Amino acid sequence: MEEIRKVTNRFKLEVPQLIIITYLLVLTFFLGSADISFVEMINVSLVKWCMNGVLVLSMVPMMNIGAGRNFGLPIGICAGLIGMCFAVEFKLQGWSGFIVALVVGSIIAIGFGKVYAIILNRLKGNEEIIGTFAGFAFIPIMNVFWTLAPFTNRQMLYPVGGQGLRPKIGLNNYFGSILDNALQVHIGGIVIPLGLILFFLVLCFIVHLFSKTKIGWIMSAIADNETFVNLSGVDINQCRTYAIIFSTVLAAVGMCVYSQSYGFIELYNGPFMMAFPAVSAILIGGASKKRTTVFHALIGAYLYQTTFLLSVPVANALFMPEMAEIIRMIITNAIILYAFLHEGGLKKNEKI
Amino acid sequence: MKRYRSFYVPISFLILSLLMIQISDVSLNFVSDQLLARFIRNGIFVMALIIPIMSGMGINFAISIGAIAAQISMIIVVDLKLPGDQALFVALLLSLLFSVVFGNIIGILLNWAKGKEMIASIVIGFLGTNLYQLVFMVGYGTLIRPFSDDILLTRGIGVKSMLDCMHFKSVFAENSLLGIGGENSNIIPVLLVFLIAGVVYSIANSKIGYHIQAVGDSRETAEKLGVDVDGTRRVSIVISTILASLAQLMFVQDMGVLNVYTGHLKLEIFAAAALLAGGATFKKATVMNAFIGVILFHTLFLISPIAGQNLFKNPALGEYFRSFIAYGTIVYALMMNLRFSEMEC
Repeated sequence: MEEIRKVTNRFKLEVPQLIIITYLLVLTFFLGSADISFVEMINVSLVKWCMNGVLVLSMVPMMNIGAGRNFGLPIGICAGLIGMCFAVEFKLQGWSGFIVALVVGSIIAIGFGKVYAIILNRLKGNEEIIGTFAGFAFIPIMNVFWTLAPFTNRQMLYPVGGQGLRPKIGLNNYFGSILDNALQVHIGGIVIPLGLILFFLVLCFIVHLFSKTKIGWIMSAIADNETFVNLSGVDINQCRTYAIIFSTVLAAVGMCVYSQSYGFIELYNGPFMMAFPAVSAILIGGASKKRTTVFHALIGAYLYQTTFLLSVPVANALFMPEMAEIIRMIITNAIILYAFLHEGGLKKNEKI
Repeated sequence: MKRYRSFYVPISFLILSLLMIQISDVSLNFVSDQLLARFIRNGIFVMALIIPIMSGMGINFAISIGAIAAQISMIIVVDLKLPGDQALFVALLLSLLFSVVFGNIIGILLNWAKGKEMIASIVIGFLGTNLYQLVFMVGYGTLIRPFSDDILLTRGIGVKSMLDCMHFKSVFAENSLLGIGGENSNIIPVLLVFLIAGVVYSIANSKIGYHIQAVGDSRETAEKLGVDVDGTRRVSIVISTILASLAQLMFVQDMGVLNVYTGHLKLEIFAAAALLAGGATFKKATVMNAFIGVILFHTLFLISPIAGQNLFKNPALGEYFRSFIAYGTIVYALMMNLRFSEMEC
């Protein structure tokens, strides 16, 4: 009995989940009119899940310490982009290229995360607004870097005229789809990208282990009651810095995973709005201010990606291809807005 | 030193602008000409942010919804094919109606999200944009039948991305002209911006203005004094939304073209950056801040691509620099304001 209650508590249906399930039901209603191969849908959904999952996972450490949802995700993403450009610059192919991209991206992310943490630690309680604008303001800075950085690989530069890197760098000659193609398991028509899934699960396990270490325990205590932890002599800012750096590094790794599946490095204004889908996905997974686990990230990423994967063929069948993207954005923003309103409502109730 | 803190941002903007003018090597006539056009187009947007700051809600990034209200009414008017004078009048009435409705909705939503108004208003702005896209990209031609098919794309679904609005401009065209620099500009829109500034000033100093100020100072005290806190906050957002819709009407009549899907994007960022460049904080903003801010911010904004071209032979760098200025000003203001408010506590 206790076990069942635990499970139902875990799957507690709130408005974000209801929105997404309603949308799924509407989609299945229309699915009959669209000509879709389900096997292919499952294949693509597995890749999409892991491809975006790491970015969603990067929310977990920051939310656990009570630093809010990481709307400054573009900062970490840019670190990952620099790492990949570094690997492509030296024409590193296959695994060596991917690993160099991960390592360089993570090292740069540590630096970026440190600066980001200094900003966020000065403004406790307002992390979300400052994160949003720090992310937005960081993009033009990186645009200047992409334009002026002394890269020499011809395949990265503008073909004729123009200065700097091109907006989309193809990865097919370097390390495109390297994780997707690793350890593929074929069962009938279904292709399971075991390498990609294992990579994602290992990262999830690391985040889970991190929350079980001493710092992880302190983090969850800080989220519960900051004054108490402060009185017991823990350096809160130090802990917050660790968590923010960890989130930024995960975002950089997530961008590498995303780009190798996508097949391109998207520079310039590409990462501008990438934070919102990731935030929305973890909210769909059931994360709240009080408690966020790896499990939420896993479920949220899968539900979010699969729902919108299904909506594309349906919209095409209805001869309105824009509709899929617009509805995706509406649901993304509606879920984030709901989270803010819900928290405000909760605060009001607590006062009474 | 503390006294002069509010001058730091405007002075650094002034120095940067002067430096940029020096680098870009443009004539003052060109700058003043462009500045006048930008003053007409963006002045009222900046005024729209003042009242919500007074009521303690920070910057209302949802003014893009006000712009959407104006755009919806202009699309309807263009669809009806009304002649010049009537068109402007009907568009004005409709946008007032829409912005009162939308403003009330935003106000209610923001009252739910007390303490997180700014980020919530950003998300509301994005959500409103998406819903607007849904109606005009997908809804028009399928569920909603327009009065004339001219505004639809050739496939019959969705409104064209650009609509001609020159007949709005001709309403002012016959009136007296103001000569600044090389070109003749119209004096009526400039006077209208000043009129709106006067209206904002008088609202701030009226009875409702004092209520708004009281709510902004302390919600608890205002409630004890018998002020309807939630109602006052909602009114301040409604005023802001109405002003934003008037601003968008002004913008489009000056441009002569309505960009249906992109006309309202990012204007909240530029308005916020301009107001903060004028020395406003999240607690205190005046009409004077708005005027100074519009002039300083847009001077920098219009010459930085030219400076980028002259300095690095690459106009894109100036472009990046100016979007960094817009977002960077907001980040700087956030850091300064929120930190100082902590110190005061």
